[in-house]
Amino acid sequence: MLEFMQQLINGLSLGAIYALIALGYTMVYGIIKLINFAHGEIMMVGAYVGFFSISVFGSHIIVAMLFAMIACAILGVIIEKIAYRPLRGATRIAALITAIGVSLFLQYTTVFFLSPQQRIFPQTAFQTKDYLIAGLSISNKDVFIFVSALILMAILQFIIRKTRTGKAMRAVSLDRDAAVLMGISVDRTISITFAIGSSLAAAAGIMVGIYYSTINPLMGILPGLKAFVAAVLGGIGIVPGAMVGGFLIGILETLVSGYGNSLYRDAVVFGVLILILLVKPTGIFGKNTGEKV
Amino acid sequence: MLKVNNVDVYYGAIHALKGLSLDVELGNIVTLIGANGAGKTTTLKTISGLLRPKNGNIIFKGKDLVKIPPEKIVGLGISQVPEGRRVFSTMSVLENLEMGAYLRTDKKEKQSDLENIFTRFPRLKERRKQLAGTLSGGEQQMLAIGRALMARPELLLMDEPSMGLAPLLVKEIFAIIKDINEKGTTILLVEQNAHMALSIADKAYVLETGKIVLEGSAQELMHSEAVKKAYLGG
Ligand SMILES: Nc1ncnc2c1ncn2[C@@H]1O[C@H](COP(=O)(O)OP(=O)(O)O)[C@@H](O)[C@H]1O
Ligand SMILES: [Mg+2]
Repeated sequence: MLEFMQQLINGLSLGAIYALIALGYTMVYGIIKLINFAHGEIMMVGAYVGFFSISVFGSHIIVAMLFAMIACAILGVIIEKIAYRPLRGATRIAALITAIGVSLFLQYTTVFFLSPQQRIFPQTAFQTKDYLIAGLSISNKDVFIFVSALILMAILQFIIRKTRTGKAMRAVSLDRDAAVLMGISVDRTISITFAIGSSLAAAAGIMVGIYYSTINPLMGILPGLKAFVAAVLGGIGIVPGAMVGGFLIGILETLVSGYGNSLYRDAVVFGVLILILLVKPTGIFGKNTGEKV
Repeated sequence: MLKVNNVDVYYGAIHALKGLSLDVELGNIVTLIGANGAGKTTTLKTISGLLRPKNGNIIFKGKDLVKIPPEKIVGLGISQVPEGRRVFSTMSVLENLEMGAYLRTDKKEKQSDLENIFTRFPRLKERRKQLAGTLSGGEQQMLAIGRALMARPELLLMDEPSMGLAPLLVKEIFAIIKDINEKGTTILLVEQNAHMALSIADKAYVLETGKIVLEGSAQELMHSEAVKKAYLGG
């Protein structure tokens, strides 16, 4: 039992990271029906921005996180404007291929300018300590990741539920034409969605840096894909679904590595994707209503 | 107040509106009647900017709407009750009404408009916390009307507000339309229910396959043989 609790706790911080990334996938999908496969790379860029702001400017971890969030918000908006907006009326497959192109572009631009070498995420910014509480080993990094992810998710929920901008985002994703009739600018709302989703990914990038202690230009691929699975598990396009899906995937992954064989943890996560697609493609929170008319 | 001049609208190769012109005078209820597929919805969508015409212009208060981004048009004083209601299904009734006033910054006036709408539609007040998708068809129609009124329009475009409603509700909706007009809002009403529409309208146009084939006062059209035959069931 203690062992199980321990795995659960380990899973929570990883799950929080997946949840933050999954939110970006799901928000973008909700509003333009695009799986933004470059989203994992935005997370990677966020990790690098954090890395440099700590190693070059000696920023505090929170400052580094804010800095990365702002930088990636801008990056997300630019990507949408340049790569996706011109394809707004095009087929979904064209946009999907473009997203994969953007993803490769970000990976290899980073490789070119910053070398493919992995870097140690600056330990100065975050001194890891382990605490023993009631027989459970709890690391301050897990607490930091979990708590800051929860704060970000609470802020996101507040924005989506209560603010004028958040309501406009919901309106556009529910019915674009009706939203236009209300006077909502669709372009602006899509930009804001990319900005918010990308800034959450940037925060997740910093957390990945703390969690694994290293970063590299291809670090976005696997967490990106797993967060995508998390978004599908929760129901793609559904914000609370992405949060729940993220935590479930994170916990599942740590349970598999803890009890089974850590070699299988990735395979199990993608097995989940296949299973959902077979059993309930709309995900946990999705309604089985088929396509919206 | 609104002048649509020689507008041509296409869906790809389909020529949906063919040199359509119409006039809406301040204070009137103008109705556009016609069979399914005639181009009524296309006309309203073109006025509100959701569709762009290939030729022609649409003059409202001296401005050509064709040159204005669609999301700016509601700010000029035109709002729409779209076909099929199109309420935001997973937003609450209150949130839907708030969306109607999205561009307005006059907090107090907005609040008083909201209260007026709740007085007009007490059911909406009772259900203001409920998700719009859980309302009945008639309630959703009222919500769509309330939402459009929250923009404080000078011109209200209504696309088949009676569609799919029970006869008693249809009567109620038409009475509401008349009342909205009497309180000072000009209305362009699209309907398949020609009889009801003509009974409350001042002026009427008959649309057939993208062309206006008849126009006149609602009285005249009500008694026109052609209209009786085609739209009033003999
Ligand atoms: N999105 C669309 N794509 C292609 N053709 C359309 C589309 N919407 C409407 N049409 C066609 O345009 C014509 C007019 O349609 P519409 O304006 O919806 O008619 P009404 O509202 O009078 O029933 C019809 O022939 C319809 O088939
Ligand atoms: Mg129609």
